[in-house]
Amino acid sequence: MDRIYFDHAATTPVSKNVLEKMMPYFTDMFGNAHSQHTFGRSSIKGVDLARSQVAKAINCLPNEVYFTGSGTEANNWAIKGTAWAKQSKGKHIITSAIEHPSVLNSCSWLKKQGFEVTILPVDRDGKVLLEELKKALRKDTILVSIMLANNEVGTIQPYKEIAKLVKANDSIFHVDAVQAVGSIKVDVKDIGCDLLTLSAHKFYGPKGVGALYIRNGLKIDKLIIGGGQERAMRGGTTNTPAVVGLGQAIEDAVNNLEVYSEHCMKLRDRFIERVEKEIPNVKLNGSRTDRLPNNANFSFEYIEGESILYRLDLAGIAVSSGSACSSGSLEPSHVLLAMGVDIVLGHGSIRFSFGMSNTMEQIDYAVDKLKETIDFLRKMSPLFNWKEGEIQNV
Amino acid sequence: MSNMYNEKVLEVFTNPKNIGTIENPDGVGTVGNATCGDIMKMYLKIENNVIVDAKFQTFGCAAAIATSSTATEMIIGKTVEEAEKLTNADVVNSLGGLPAQKMHCSVLAEEAIREAIKDYRSKQK
Repeated sequence: MDRIYFDHAATTPVSKNVLEKMMPYFTDMFGNAHSQHTFGRSSIKGVDLARSQVAKAINCLPNEVYFTGSGTEANNWAIKGTAWAKQSKGKHIITSAIEHPSVLNSCSWLKKQGFEVTILPVDRDGKVLLEELKKALRKDTILVSIMLANNEVGTIQPYKEIAKLVKANDSIFHVDAVQAVGSIKVDVKDIGCDLLTLSAHKFYGPKGVGALYIRNGLKIDKLIIGGGQERAMRGGTTNTPAVVGLGQAIEDAVNNLEVYSEHCMKLRDRFIERVEKEIPNVKLNGSRTDRLPNNANFSFEYIEGESILYRLDLAGIAVSSGSACSSGSLEPSHVLLAMGVDIVLGHGSIRFSFGMSNTMEQIDYAVDKLKETIDFLRKMSPLFNWKEGEIQNV
Repeated sequence: MSNMYNEKVLEVFTNPKNIGTIENPDGVGTVGNATCGDIMKMYLKIENNVIVDAKFQTFGCAAAIATSSTATEMIIGKTVEEAEKLTNADVVNSLGGLPAQKMHCSVLAEEAIREAIKDYRSKQK
């Protein structure tokens, strides 16, 4: 069997259609989108089209869309830019414990600059506790940054309720929608946010390009200072092919959303059902109902995630491990820990994220291989007495 | 490439040797803890001061499993004194190197052997 890719939450391949649309902008239409001659004008056409494609996809105006070099940059910009612009009003920022590092680390960086940061806890499913948000909101709260859907466990936040509370407090609401765009409907009006981050490579677009939605009327400071690009809000020569790719990818994703969603959900539900039925001592992480269509995240008791990852890779299956045995400190995922997952269980967690190219045959093959892998590693584990099926005291 | 496993490490991880337990072992050593994501349990069978068999159980990453396997292979046939001298550097060299952030795994293997030998000696008294 060909290699199986179950890591679409990490990144997706560029689709053929997107690549085709991008190609001319590397060569024939290479002009600087800010040049006034014909070469430049043909480039700016592509950028303008992409901007309107994004606007249509997320239900805003084209002049509310700003292209960036990544989702990480857009998150940095949204958070730091808002903090700097609104600090005369207050210096308090609220975020959640399960955010992407680009959000959490931007907030902790601001903390060093004298801002105050409240990190909201989440429940066992990974949802922000609304009561805690209510308590945390203050007069001087300028910004609340909560993700739309979590990248590790796929939990979708109660964003409407969050937006209502944030608005009632007259604070700015930033939504990191990087993992959500292309997977579920993302509509800035429906969400009720002021800022929203997205990234092309999560929905079959190229890497190295993202966008920040900034609601008209909201003024935030610049992050990258340069020339007059992006209406003088984000310096740096426009990466025309990438921007064109983002535009096409988001248009295709929205057009394909129902098919995609149905396809991925079938695969996901079959996968979850078989794993829970056929492998003992597993725990599904995240919400069973409010979950991205393409995400399954399991903790496997008594074994460690990285060895599962490598053994599956040897079997030709690419997945992602929640535990990062990398720094020597061996911290399991901050998301799982925030959800109250036991630290040892957290070490044994694996994310499976599906996409358009995956098939039911691949799901069945992967579950078979997964069973073998888990069995093999458990037989090796001092925590598991496999003959008895019981935990050993070590 | 420095944060990736080399071919040799992956090969040993794929086909680890000496997995499991020994009945009535002469020495057992357990090091690490599950909270940190690494536990290594080493079992030794010792006859006439020579390690005739070594088995391991490991909860941990690919590097932890590969070093466990290699360490057991390196001490079988050695005297207790020779085995005691085995260092994590010896294990790492035999594997052709480990990523820097994985070096602590090889330390666990060294420690597990020493713990097992300590256990053996304490039973001798």
